Amino acid sequence: MTLKSLSDDKPVGVIGAGNFGSVVANLLAQHRKVLLYARDEKVIQRIRETRENRGHSMHPNIEPINDLAAIAEQCDILFPIVPSEHFRSMMKHLSPHLHPYHILIHGTKGFDLTLTNGQSIETITKLNRSQVKTMSEVIMEESVVVRVGCLAGPNLSRELAANQPAATVIASHFNEVITLGKRLLRNDHFQVYGNNDLVGVELAGVLKNIIAIAAGALSGLGYGENAKGLLVSRGMVEMIYLGRALGGNTKAFLGVAGVGDLVTTCNSSLSRNFTIGHRLAKGETLKEILASTDEVAEGINTIRITKKCADYYGVRAPITTTLYKVLFEDLTMKQALRYLMRYPLNVDIDFL
Amino acid sequence: MEVVEKKNKNKKYKPILEGIPDWPVYQLSKNRKEFIEEVAKKSIARVKELRPTTKQLLDELQTTVYREQQRMKRNRWRVDPVDEPRFWATIKDDMVGLDTKPAEEAQAKAEEILHRIVSRYANEIAGNFNASSYKVTREIVKFWFARLLNGARVKKFGAFFRNRYTLRDKIHIVGKVKQLRNLATKGTVIMVPTHFSNLDSILIGWVIHSLGLPAFIYGAGLNLFNIKIFAYFMNSLGAYKVDRRKKNLPYLETLKLYSTLAIQKGAHSLFFPGGTRSRSGAIEKQLKLGLLSSAVEAQRNLYLDAVDSNSTEEVRKIFVVPVTLNYHFVLEAPDLIDDYLSVKGQDRYLPEQDKYGSWQLLQFLFKFFTKGSNISVSIGRGLDVMGNYVDDDGNSLDAQGRVIDTRDYFVSDEHVTIDKQREDEYTRMLSQKIVFEYHRINRVFASHLVAFVAFEMWQKKHSKLDLFGLLRLPEEDQVIPYEEFRETCKRVRKHIYKLKDEGKVYHATHLKGQIDLVIRHGLDNVGIFHLKRPLLLNREGNIITKDFNTLYYYHNRLVGYDLEKFI
Repeated sequence: MTLKSLSDDKPVGVIGAGNFGSVVANLLAQHRKVLLYARDEKVIQRIRETRENRGHSMHPNIEPINDLAAIAEQCDILFPIVPSEHFRSMMKHLSPHLHPYHILIHGTKGFDLTLTNGQSIETITKLNRSQVKTMSEVIMEESVVVRVGCLAGPNLSRELAANQPAATVIASHFNEVITLGKRLLRNDHFQVYGNNDLVGVELAGVLKNIIAIAAGALSGLGYGENAKGLLVSRGMVEMIYLGRALGGNTKAFLGVAGVGDLVTTCNSSLSRNFTIGHRLAKGETLKEILASTDEVAEGINTIRITKKCADYYGVRAPITTTLYKVLFEDLTMKQALRYLMRYPLNVDIDFL
Repeated sequence: MEVVEKKNKNKKYKPILEGIPDWPVYQLSKNRKEFIEEVAKKSIARVKELRPTTKQLLDELQTTVYREQQRMKRNRWRVDPVDEPRFWATIKDDMVGLDTKPAEEAQAKAEEILHRIVSRYANEIAGNFNASSYKVTREIVKFWFARLLNGARVKKFGAFFRNRYTLRDKIHIVGKVKQLRNLATKGTVIMVPTHFSNLDSILIGWVIHSLGLPAFIYGAGLNLFNIKIFAYFMNSLGAYKVDRRKKNLPYLETLKLYSTLAIQKGAHSLFFPGGTRSRSGAIEKQLKLGLLSSAVEAQRNLYLDAVDSNSTEEVRKIFVVPVTLNYHFVLEAPDLIDDYLSVKGQDRYLPEQDKYGSWQLLQFLFKFFTKGSNISVSIGRGLDVMGNYVDDDGNSLDAQGRVIDTRDYFVSDEHVTIDKQREDEYTRMLSQKIVFEYHRINRVFASHLVAFVAFEMWQKKHSKLDLFGLLRLPEEDQVIPYEEFRETCKRVRKHIYKLKDEGKVYHATHLKGQIDLVIRHGLDNVGIFHLKRPLLLNREGNIITKDFNTLYYYHNRLVGYDLEKFI
């Protein structure tokens, strides 16, 4: 199919007009008409009037919309990109309008947590996979959609907006979804790879947030490249261990969504997770940081959940566990680093 | 003493279709020749699609001939036709020198050979449903079973000719019977039971009949046709033959298309999706996707046909109905578990062997009818080919109870499309759902409970031993004090109740009541006809085993419910 005939087709939907959602909408808009859903009426007004959102100028093919029923009605392909905290409730609202012919490719890097009455994330000590779900699992649980995919990779919004070369992975059990995603997103600056290990790719995207916070912390403590190399490689090993315990395969972690995303995030001072790590290392507490920002850093929640999963499945995850102590107990970043450097287990690679 | 099954309503069901000529399976056998021709034609097209170049096709044919000759040399069965060696020898001769001939000539010849092979396979697979022989079989079974039951149970002169007991007293059918009958009138039903024993096919055949359903076609292992008494039953019940020795592409495609087309034509079908009998005694966890995929494919074709023919009629839906068969006793258990253990112990292949001839089976049947030991059959809730539950009218429902159009799963860009990879994935999802349903509708018997508890207690006592060490445990260690056993059974049973409340499993009515009676019922029934009993009481009233392997087998039935932690 040529690009021209594609643009005649049905519009594609993006749900969530955050930073990444806006960038994805802009990428898609190069090929097709895009409906961009935002919850907030003010955001829609602003995009209509100024064609600006979150510092991105929006492509003329993008039409902001406030109606989930309408977006599901008009689009067969939807890209839900909303923070993991709100993902399930968004799906619950969207679900009545979805049919099995819909294709959903999400771009959310976080976990969903389901707790039964009386439990809370503060009180529960261990978590298993029946309580912790990836976004694709939430989609399948909440709706009739089975053709589900996810988008993951080193995709810093600003660089994408500036048309710098980059790549992403579309993961799905369905080749149909991968092919479609490639067709919709690919352009001269943007390469798209396919992967069949959906959960593995999702986990890679989620778990790297932990290492991003650690990278921020190293920079906050004023350390250089050796330390970063150490973190990236050991972080990778830890991600693979956790990922396997949670149902992914090693391979996904070695690709664009794994090592690719990890290197980018650890080197970028732009990301929210990195910033949090940086400020923690400078001596601020989590409370102070949260009070001063309204943006969502997925990494905090990820650490909280992952640490409890690691305890349940008996996975050794020193980086995650010490970061947990810094965030939620009163360990300082300096003490945490000292502890990690003395950590006894030092086999380089034992998972291949 | 006997704990009576309370829920057995012993209801009689009227046939949903009046005369045999209305049955889809009858229609199929009436047009047998045309049907086989259609299967062959489509199979050839499929093979050609998969092997598009002449070279690939020739390679495939050569492999097929080679494998067939190896099979005839190594593993010939009584049912194999006599002319087989000659047929393959001719094919082999005809293939000589083909690869040096010009492409066009070679292609034409190869296709002709493929046609011969595929037609032969299609003929071999095709069932031979015969209305009058079906009726005769049915009457024979009913008559003699009734005699056995009444003669043996009521010890009075003349009881032999009474009809006080029927098969329904021995075999309990529970679950979604009404829905199944409804679905069979609204669409095409594919029944997918668990598979533990060679007797399953006959049992299911009887169940289908006694629920008033028309005969189903079913894929029965060709090895079963070695046993004459089975061959007779199977043929008259509309079975088609599945030969698991043949793994070549033309055979597999022909088999799959036979099933797909029969389903498409509305013939209710039966597969054992586990492939073979469960060797370990556990409920199937991994299903064979080949035949299952024919259900998905048939449904897609039906939607596609409706588009092509512009018909406004509602497309016939296919319903998948999981069924579990629950036994106290499996005739082949000692051999099955032997197979399982030797495969697990040292990774070697064991050819399927059936030590049971007609005589052993009759003996078993006699014992079965004259002694206690009941069987129960649980009918699960109907699913569409995507694994969604359906309501009594056949509408697919989502988790929130909203109606889904199954057609939408096959739609891309507003059109019904063929996408093999997508359908493979759908088949995998369906198989996971079926496995889930098996565990959910499984009925726990007292015998399963005692076997599970006893084995797990031994395992816990000797936690350092691996499975094989445990099975070789010296006899003096094989005693469990009754009191301890009783308490553990109680604990596990309590959790089974809890699972039932959560809708994760069922249990027989006899599992309720005084624990001592339940244990007694279990011990009396577990592996009741084996020479060496898997579980019994010794003189001091404590639990011992005479056969650890079969105990392990019966124990496996309750694996997968996380009950181990209550030991």
